[in-house]
Amino acid sequence: MGEQGEQPAAGAGAEAGLARFLTLEDRVELLRLMVTTRAIEERGLSLYKQGKVSGSFYDGRGQEATAVGATFALGPDDPVCPLIRDLGAHLVKGTPPAAILAHYLGRAGGVGRGRDGNVHLGDATRGVVGMVSMLPDMMVVAVGMAWAFKLRGEQRCALSLFGDGATSVGDWHEAMNLAGLWQVPAIFVLEQNGYAYSTPSSRQFVVDPLERAKVYGIAAASVDGNDAEAVFEVTRQARERALAGGGPTLIAAQTMRMHGHGAHDDASYVPPELFAQWAARDPLERQRERLRALGVDVAAIDAEVRAQVDLATDEALAMAEPPPARPLEDVFCEGEPRVVGRGAAPWSGFAGT
Amino acid sequence: MSELTYLEAISDALRVALREDDRVLLLGEDIGAFGGAFKVTAGLQQEFGADRVFDTPISEEAIVGGAVGAAIVGMRPVCEMQFADFVACAFDQLVNVAGKLHWRAGLAAPIVVRLPCGGGVSGGPYHSQNPEAWFMHAPGLKVFAPSSAYDAKGLLLAAIADPNPVIFLEHKYLYRRVRGEVPPGAYTTPQSANTVRDGDDLVVIAYGAMVHAALAAAEAIDEAGVRVLDLRTLVPLDERAILDAVRDCAKVVVVDEANYTCAAGAQVASLIAQYGYGDLDGPVVRVATPDAPIPFAPSLERAALPGVERIRDACRELLAY
Repeated sequence: MGEQGEQPAAGAGAEAGLARFLTLEDRVELLRLMVTTRAIEERGLSLYKQGKVSGSFYDGRGQEATAVGATFALGPDDPVCPLIRDLGAHLVKGTPPAAILAHYLGRAGGVGRGRDGNVHLGDATRGVVGMVSMLPDMMVVAVGMAWAFKLRGEQRCALSLFGDGATSVGDWHEAMNLAGLWQVPAIFVLEQNGYAYSTPSSRQFVVDPLERAKVYGIAAASVDGNDAEAVFEVTRQARERALAGGGPTLIAAQTMRMHGHGAHDDASYVPPELFAQWAARDPLERQRERLRALGVDVAAIDAEVRAQVDLATDEALAMAEPPPARPLEDVFCEGEPRVVGRGAAPWSGFAGT
Repeated sequence: MSELTYLEAISDALRVALREDDRVLLLGEDIGAFGGAFKVTAGLQQEFGADRVFDTPISEEAIVGGAVGAAIVGMRPVCEMQFADFVACAFDQLVNVAGKLHWRAGLAAPIVVRLPCGGGVSGGPYHSQNPEAWFMHAPGLKVFAPSSAYDAKGLLLAAIADPNPVIFLEHKYLYRRVRGEVPPGAYTTPQSANTVRDGDDLVVIAYGAMVHAALAAAEAIDEAGVRVLDLRTLVPLDERAILDAVRDCAKVVVVDEANYTCAAGAQVASLIAQYGYGDLDGPVVRVATPDAPIPFAPSLERAALPGVERIRDACRELLAY
């Protein structure tokens, strides 16, 4: 406890503090992951508008720093339960862009093999446990994973991300209560974008979820969700606390969903001045500015990512449709069940682990 | 071999599982020091420790969802709902998370959710329900419903060993009323139906407590040979055994203690109508609880639940058809 409402201070000192655990390569990687997130989602939206992606299309534009920054602090054996705006979490864990685009397209080679679409994906072999539409069901599952890690004495934690809307559901309270009670090594990242679909937070709850953490016996921290390095740092601290037996942390990341809930939603309920205000705080631009000041050729990163996503798109479009003949396949497991696997952990702090 | 009650057989299965597999954890409300509302877990926390047998807050979603989380990282959690009725509070985690996880993500959730179910004990509308059909309708969940002490232990050990989520219905009325020979140590009961009484003139298909009512009804009929088929597992449903029994007997009564509409027996009747029609020598007859909540007063409850007399009368009427 004791970090209730803690805010990273602004200014050059804080910048230096943030970078303490990040090498220049890490900081470049954070930018690359955010740029890749946006490029894949832009491509997905474009494929949707071309009629190649069915259903609707959901993206996390404006929120890239939160998922990327938080997941970047995870070790290879720490599972993540991303939500709807968290494509970056999949990328950090090593899910290939082609598998994500093929997932959007409903192809056999996509993460969901055509069985589920849009943001419902998770490559369990890489430590990603995919979301379900009911919120925040996976937060409870993350508590269960963390509970098992604690029982077995493993140096692992589980990360679950969710939005403001999820904090009104019973599962949120059950997960917070059990996590606090059993002091499990879980990290909860609340993406505070101020809206649940069209409903602003002011019409969802009275007490801010960050304040509620205390009553569940859970450490809390607030962070600028549009600053990948700040999100990384606060998550890194939460992980350190969790692995040291200090229990769970709720991190409230302030951010803004710059698109509607899905491609079908023009977000006309959001005041234009609010969009303008957040447009000036774009998380990618923020990281680009930092790196430019350090002499990094950020335009080259953009170009590399664009080429990579072009290739991935071609690869995904060339993949076969899933075979429709076996509707009952895999409904039940036969044999020894697979467990959540090991993902990439690109942060230099995990080099050699 | 020793004679155990149905409840003792379930406790014994949990003890064997805890002893033989260190991945097995028990969690539920009041199951630790108190030993559970029905004392199924009595002594287990003392024997295996508080890091194997967990008291939880009243949080059915967290019990089941937490178990799913532990299961997908390698544990074998066994959850107790204090009464089957409360599983409604965990419905979302079972139906939307546990049941779909293997199909969508290749991640099975080997959990068992024990449901002390059924009426006959004046439990009233919130402590008497038989919710098996809710879960039969949800893909990816197995549903077991033993009727004997032997099968209660064998099916529970089979459920714990199964890589899929299993809803395990243990009937409260049978807990201390049914006893039988139960071998020591580990064994599993197959996930298939079992003929518990032979006969060629009519078959009564039942599961759980209704197997005992069906047996008593069959004993009361001297004029014909009444077979009783105990389904034992509802998912998987032993379709072969059902259709074989229909072919042998030509007349069939399907019994549920659950409410009539869309009950397990409705699925059995539909299966027979579609694939066993040519073997029938009379209509498929169903006996079930009317589509009303289970009442508290013993007289009202007796009138609602299918008893020996209703099953016997249904058999006699069909035999005369």
